[in-house]
Parts: sequence; structure tokens; C-alpha cells
Amino acid sequence: MRARVLIRPKAGILDPQGVAVERALPALGFAGVANVHVGRLVELDVEDEAQLDDMCRRLLANPLIEDYEIQAVGS
Amino acid sequence: MTFPGTCDDADARLAVSKVAEPVALWHRDSDLRGVDGVVVPGGFSYGDYLRAGSIARFSPVMESVIAFAHAGGPVLGICNGFQILCEAGLLPGALLPNKDLRFVCRQVDLEVQTTSTPFTSTCEVGQTLSIPAKHQTGCFFGDVPDAQVVLRYAAGHNFNGSQDDIAGVVNEQGNVMGLMPHPEHAVDVLTGGSADGLKLFEGMARVAVA
Repeated sequence: MRARVLIRPKAGILDPQGVAVERALPALGFAGVANVHVGRLVELDVEDEAQLDDMCRRLLANPLIEDYEIQAVGS
Repeated sequence: MTFPGTCDDADARLAVSKVAEPVALWHRDSDLRGVDGVVVPGGFSYGDYLRAGSIARFSPVMESVIAFAHAGGPVLGICNGFQILCEAGLLPGALLPNKDLRFVCRQVDLEVQTTSTPFTSTCEVGQTLSIPAKHQTGCFFGDVPDAQVVLRYAAGHNFNGSQDDIAGVVNEQGNVMGLMPHPEHAVDVLTGGSADGLKLFEGMARVAVA
């Protein structure tokens, strides 16, 4: 399967990239923007999707500071 | 120890050479060649792709480092080496991007919090060590008991936003230490601004020999 893993900083964790973007948007005239978080996207083909969660916990994300979400891409 | 992307291994060997006989280790080594202590130096192992230290943590040599640490051997991780040891689960916490997102290179003052670790056994509590720091991902975050905090940034020196001004921590047993600033760059007043960094290597060598 083609999988997409979204990795985000956990709520409450310092997210300076999100803060920088949140401050930059109003400067461009975009009002009403809040709670910006910048994360990472990993896309991969896997034969055994049962392994995906283990991959995320061991390498793709650091569960101490990041949440992850696994999605199937297309069909 | 050298990984692809490590850049401070030569300075680490120079620092070790002032207190012991250095042995170069490579990330694919299957054993630690009988060393009495391990220094995991800074750099950008595997290009810091994905996350700083996340890929290096699975290098073949790290199996031996983890076993060595669990057996009580002294291990010092500096900068990217600190990140690798956190990723390997040998140290508590994780390193986040600096609060201002900038790579910062400056001399910092560190305050010694405890002398009951091998590394700080040649220091005094409250003593200030002046050593350089240079990193973009050095904001410490983690649940770490006070007893395991070895170094804190002095007032006005916590440029990366580290929680509780934490600059260096040890594991529960006290034989594994990690810090973001670079003691291996401060072993000679001519180039390091001070030779304060040498103290950590002297302390480490003292237990390695004992």
C-alpha cells in the first residue's frame, strides 16, 4: 500500500516553526489565523501495513515530542 | 566515534588525548575495541535527515554502546551525540529546534549543578564553565529529576529556550552524560576561549581508569 504519515509536534510542546508562520501570515494581510503547527510528511510504499505503527514509533516520529497519524493514499 | 556527517570527531580525539589514549571508532564497527569510555561527538549524523540523531541511533556500533552503557561504562554525548543518546533511550528527554529557529554559535557560561557524576567529579558545585555552543536543535525538553541535571545555562545564557535552563543531563546511574555545548572545543585557551571543557574529560578518564 501507499501510506502517508503525518508527524506533528505534540500539543503543549514548543513549536517555534508554527509560531514563526503564525506571526508571518498577518504580516501578509491574512487575518484570523491561530494555532499554526508545522510538522512533517513521510510518504512510503509498504508491503505489510501492520508494520507501519512500529516504524512510526521507532524511527519516523519521536513519541516523546511528536504525534503521528497514518493514512492510506489513493487506492 | 564517527558517523557519516560527524564533524567534531577530530576535536573529540584531541580532547581525549589530553587525558587518555584516543581510539577512533566507526559507525559500522561491531565492537568498541576494548575502550574504557565512549565519546559520541557532534556533527550532523546522516545529515540530520528526519530528526537529529534518529538514524544514527540505529548504526551497528550503537548496539555496543548501549550494552557498554548498561554495563556501567562512561559515555559522553556532545551536541548531536547528545541527541543520538536521547534517541537511543540512554538519556531522558529530547531536543527541539531553538526557540528563535536560528543556528547560534557563541561562548556560554554553564553552572555545575552536581559533582556526584564521573564527568563533573573534578568540578565544584556552582562553578562556572565557559565553553562554546553551536547548534540549531538544542532546546531541551523532558521529564528529568533534578538529581540528573548536571549543567544549567547561567542567567542570560539559555539562548535556545531549554526547559529549566538545562544544558546537560545524566542517566539514572550517572554513567551516561549528554550536553549541547562543546567541551571538546574548550581544551586549550588558545582556541577555545577557556580550557574548562577539559574538566569533563578529566572526570571521565578518572572513572575509566579506576
